[in-house]
Amino acid sequence: MEAVRLENVKFAYREGEGSYAVNGVTLSVEEGEFVAVLGRNGSGKSTLAKMINALLIPTEGRAIVFGLDTADEKNTFEIRKSAGMVFQNPDNQTVASIVEDDVAFGPENIGLPREEIGRRIGFALDAVGMSAFRSATPSRLSGGQKQRIAIAGVLAVLPKIMILDESTAMLDPKGRREVMDVVKKLNKERGMTVIFITHFMDEALEADRAVVMHRGETVMDGTPREIFSRSDELEMYGLALPRAAYISKKLAEGGMPVGGAFRAEDLAEEICASLQKA
Amino acid sequence: MRIVAKGLTYTYNPRSPFAVQALKGVDITIEEGEFFGIIGHTGSGKSTFLQHLNALVRLTGGYLKVGEYDLSSKKCDVLGLRAKVGMVFQYPEYQLFAETVEKDVMFGLKNFCRDMGEEEMRSAVREALETVGLDYEEVRDRSPFELSGGQKRRAAIAGVIVTKPEVLILDEPAAGLDPLGKKEIMQLLHGIHGGWCKTVVIVSHDMDEIAENCTRAAVFSEGKVVMEDTPAAIFARSDELLLLGLDIPVTAKCARILKERGIALDTDFTSDDLIRKVLAAYAARKEGRGC
Ligand SMILES: Nc1ncnc2c1ncn2[C@@H]1O[C@H](COP(=O)(O)OP(=O)(O)OP(=O)(O)O)[C@@H](O)[C@H]1O
Ligand SMILES: Nc1ncnc2c1ncn2[C@@H]1O[C@H](COP(=O)(O)OP(=O)(O)OP(=O)(O)O)[C@@H](O)[C@H]1O
Ligand SMILES: [Mg+2]
Ligand SMILES: [Mg+2]
Repeated sequence: MEAVRLENVKFAYREGEGSYAVNGVTLSVEEGEFVAVLGRNGSGKSTLAKMINALLIPTEGRAIVFGLDTADEKNTFEIRKSAGMVFQNPDNQTVASIVEDDVAFGPENIGLPREEIGRRIGFALDAVGMSAFRSATPSRLSGGQKQRIAIAGVLAVLPKIMILDESTAMLDPKGRREVMDVVKKLNKERGMTVIFITHFMDEALEADRAVVMHRGETVMDGTPREIFSRSDELEMYGLALPRAAYISKKLAEGGMPVGGAFRAEDLAEEICASLQKA
Repeated sequence: MRIVAKGLTYTYNPRSPFAVQALKGVDITIEEGEFFGIIGHTGSGKSTFLQHLNALVRLTGGYLKVGEYDLSSKKCDVLGLRAKVGMVFQYPEYQLFAETVEKDVMFGLKNFCRDMGEEEMRSAVREALETVGLDYEEVRDRSPFELSGGQKRRAAIAGVIVTKPEVLILDEPAAGLDPLGKKEIMQLLHGIHGGWCKTVVIVSHDMDEIAENCTRAAVFSEGKVVMEDTPAAIFARSDELLLLGLDIPVTAKCARILKERGIALDTDFTSDDLIRKVLAAYAARKEGRGC
């Protein structure tokens, strides 16, 4: 089933100005897909994401989520329930003064029974490694801790589509790994559709599909490996290769018979192999 | 200005049920001229420590001196200190507040460079915005809150570098920037470092960034400094870092695996150096000299 369909959507923050933050995007995301969205600052990623959960309504074109048009107000509640979004800044997300209540907000909102809400809070806080902070105050947490709580708040809803807008930007490496693991697990086991906006090229490698935005348009769309093999184009759009791929490319340019590694482990393998052959 | 902390402690909400001891005796020395990196797990006290450096958090325990400013003394000239130590917050939203980007960036000038004329200020603002890769004409009259995430971060950095502070403290400056933006911000920092900016201190969760850019670094864990050394020496202790919930750069991961295979490279874990050493090893083997 199609989870998201964008039909030539455009969005202008100020009407009549003629400049569109998103400028004619057509995109279809199947249920269960894990899509990474990449692109320069200001290229329209957050704007696009907000159109998927009906926070913004397209100025032109249509956004359809599980068959429902976001422009129809009657659909808003249903759409927000199925498409949960973690914002770029966690402060825009915190609603309660106690972590537990904050995480409970989403599940309460969709009318889950009490015991289930309790279970969801437990699951979500555990998933982001914040169980010890149940009764803490969100505003009194460190930057990364706040971000984990914001992620837990959306996890607790177990939405059909989870949109993460640079939600791992302030996490330490372990936290980033944990969030990626839980999101991947939900994607694999429950078929949760994931839209993962990130500036970390290594994270994009974990997706099934990567979409690159540039000046409000989608300019590349394919598997991450396909996209990272088009390094000249990537550079044009202000992106970069994952570091291991960059090093591999430089070694090849230096005359070594290597190429194609995307991760440190693969890089080490290919270096080893070519040193042994030499 | 040299930064010296000894036994620095700090507790949020002391004497209340919500008391959290964020710093448990931090010892650190940052020499003038360094490009210093701070890494550490979430909640390890990095931001709390940084906020002490320009007195955003009042010192309550231990010793801290930044240049000639003794923060443990009641007579410490906080305004004088802040003019010399510029700080970019972890979340740019905490830093931006004015109606327009131009007013926002100009704020620091009005505060710290009072003898500057209006025209001079405007051109300084333009220069700062362009340095961080924002188009002055395009953003000057816009509300900083209507910028994209990465644009906000750039504006926040402009608001600090505009006054040319001698010490620049940046809490995760590259978070939220696109890859090209990250590279540009690092180049920008290296460009001003050694000029009007004598010392740079950055916090980062990106180990590659620390390996590539810093002269020395400190590892925070649970409110203490557990390592303080060159990135090369720190990342050579990869087992300990992994135990602390941290990571090692891609270069170090690669070198670690190669070492297990009997290929030892003496690298400082910057990409350039790793590439050079691997190519040298390859050339040596080709010539049959082995390595
Ligand atoms: N609230 C707003 N009002 C006016 N313009 C806005 C607003 N939010 C974003 N914009 C503009 O719309 C364009 C797209 O912004 P968007 O936030 O979608 O970018 P992004 O790709 O998410 O960038 P980043 O990687 O920096 O988060 C940018 O030019 C930005 O300045
Ligand atoms: N305003 C506050 N009130 C109470 N406790 C706080 C406050 N800010 C931070 N803390 C606590 O102090 C400790 C250190 O926080 P700090 O913000 O210094 O961490 P950090 O190393 O910067 O983490 P991160 O990488 O997540 O930004 C954490 O346990 C945090 O929960
Ligand atoms: Mg964004
Ligand atoms: Mg912090």
